[in-house]
Amino acid sequence: MTHPGKKKQHADEQAQYQRLVAVHVPKPPLVRNLVAAFVVGGLISVLGQAVLNAFMSTGMALDEASAPTLATMILISAVLTGLSIYHHVGEFAGAGAAVPITGFANTIVAAAMDFKREGFVLGMGAKMFIIAGPVIVYGIVAGVLVSAIRWWTGM
Amino acid sequence: MGEQRRIGSSLRFASRPAIVATGTVVGPMEAKGPLTQWFDTVVDDAMYGERTPEKAERRFMQDAIDIALGNASLQPENVHLMVGGDLLNQIVTSAFTAAKYPAPFLGLYGACSTCTEGLIVAAAMVDAGYADIAVSVTSSHYQSAERQFRYPIELNIQRKATSQYTVTGAGAMVVARGAGKVAVTEATIGRVLDLGIKDPNQMGPAMAPAAADTLFRHFADLGRTPEYYDLILTGDLGSVGSSILHELMRKRGVPLGDAHRDSGAWIFQGVPGTGVGGSGCACAAVTLGGYVFKQMMANELSRALVVATGALLSSLTWQQGESVPAVAHAVALEVQPQAAATS
Amino acid sequence: MDYLIAFLVGGAICAIGQILIDVAKMQPAHMLVLFVVAGAVLSGLGLYERLIDFAGAGALVPVSGFGHSIARGALLEAERIGFLGLFTGAFEFTGMGVAVAVILATVIALVANPKA
Repeated sequence: MTHPGKKKQHADEQAQYQRLVAVHVPKPPLVRNLVAAFVVGGLISVLGQAVLNAFMSTGMALDEASAPTLATMILISAVLTGLSIYHHVGEFAGAGAAVPITGFANTIVAAAMDFKREGFVLGMGAKMFIIAGPVIVYGIVAGVLVSAIRWWTGM
Repeated sequence: MGEQRRIGSSLRFASRPAIVATGTVVGPMEAKGPLTQWFDTVVDDAMYGERTPEKAERRFMQDAIDIALGNASLQPENVHLMVGGDLLNQIVTSAFTAAKYPAPFLGLYGACSTCTEGLIVAAAMVDAGYADIAVSVTSSHYQSAERQFRYPIELNIQRKATSQYTVTGAGAMVVARGAGKVAVTEATIGRVLDLGIKDPNQMGPAMAPAAADTLFRHFADLGRTPEYYDLILTGDLGSVGSSILHELMRKRGVPLGDAHRDSGAWIFQGVPGTGVGGSGCACAAVTLGGYVFKQMMANELSRALVVATGALLSSLTWQQGESVPAVAHAVALEVQPQAAATS
Repeated sequence: MDYLIAFLVGGAICAIGQILIDVAKMQPAHMLVLFVVAGAVLSGLGLYERLIDFAGAGALVPVSGFGHSIARGALLEAERIGFLGLFTGAFEFTGMGVAVAVILATVIALVANPKA
């Protein structure tokens, strides 16, 4: 058993070391990262707007046009992922590439490409949603819950 | 045999086993760095024509062993003991590769410190007379490590300011009994230290205290100073971990000085997209087997201290919020003056 | 004009994501989960609809729009057919995207290999 006094001393040593590390660790280039995320995320949204407008020009309402718009964005991202281009966008733009639906599609395609080497059932099939899975899980949990509340309360 | 073998916490190899040959194989990224001229083989395709990166890594390891044996003019049947390790779960690269050779095999895991861990085991076995010829080999591969420890390769992920890039390659060393030029003289086995670093993007800071502890004990045990060595090579701390190591040694009153290089910071110096430097079992192995060994053979270096560092985490432990324990093993190498004529 | 607003709003949402990663030190996966939940909650409060009316794809394309789409589908179906609609509606607007992603991932994985 560790002596309690010794434990405290070790915790102090750790805290002291972490302060030393904080001095040496370079800060993330926040301004550069923010600008890159803003511009790339914005441009992907503009592309989405162009697709949305194209669908709406055929007479679809906004609600009707949203699903095919997202599907088209997913198609573009999937192809770019297959061509090994999308992860370069991610490296450059961080959240600018991760937050749009194109980033969501990238996680699914990238996982599928990677894990197929462990087989198409237990590899690709099982692990396709290894990163996108939580987004769907919590999207459904939160989405159904808030809609249930809104529906019941008749807001 | 009467000579003292244990000095404090360090070991002295009384019979002076020697590294008689090395084999180093790297991938295309490593060839862009400043150490490229010292590697035996550069493979342009990191996948080596294989279907999986795990298979490719084995090819790298097998090539390194074959090159080392070839450089030593030995057949696989001459090897009495093979030791090796890598980063993959259950060290499958080493085990599967060892299955292709007739030598008895000891598998080791010390993460990126395995390079010197293996060299210590091989030298000790040769020194004790349990083997006349031992081979120590380690490997790592960017893609196989990335998918095991982090994310799928094609995922959109932005590298952090402190991220390191796994070296693709393998290094093998042949350690033999008797007069060789590059003698393994002493070693200091590392203690596992955990100073509470939890961020898996901060491997350098996690490992620096282990390197400092091993270096400090090495100098204290043997009554040496950093100036004793022409080169002190740490393994894969990266540039951030290196600057922390310098500060830790300064605080302990043993400043490292100009002889220090870090294999992680060095191997990818000036190569874009590699963060603060290389990492992986191959990082120290190819730097030691390439640059250090060849410079010692050429009499450009006469004494070198190699301290490979390892972060002992798994993807499970960091997901469970645990901090990262680390270890560092030091090996002292010395050029034997009398052997210059015989080799 | 709608392109400019989409650019500004979509860009701003992504910039918030970058702050969560760099300043709040969140893992990207946690950040995405936070966004999808935030989108669903704002949708439940009736706010995300207004943001989409204002910014179009600028609000629809970020993953928060995915959370909104789930919540909106569930609500509209519940209003149409009652309680069970909460569940059948969850994929009303998002099902197409998920199905397309799965089909494409399968096809692409068959023909393409990861490169470093």
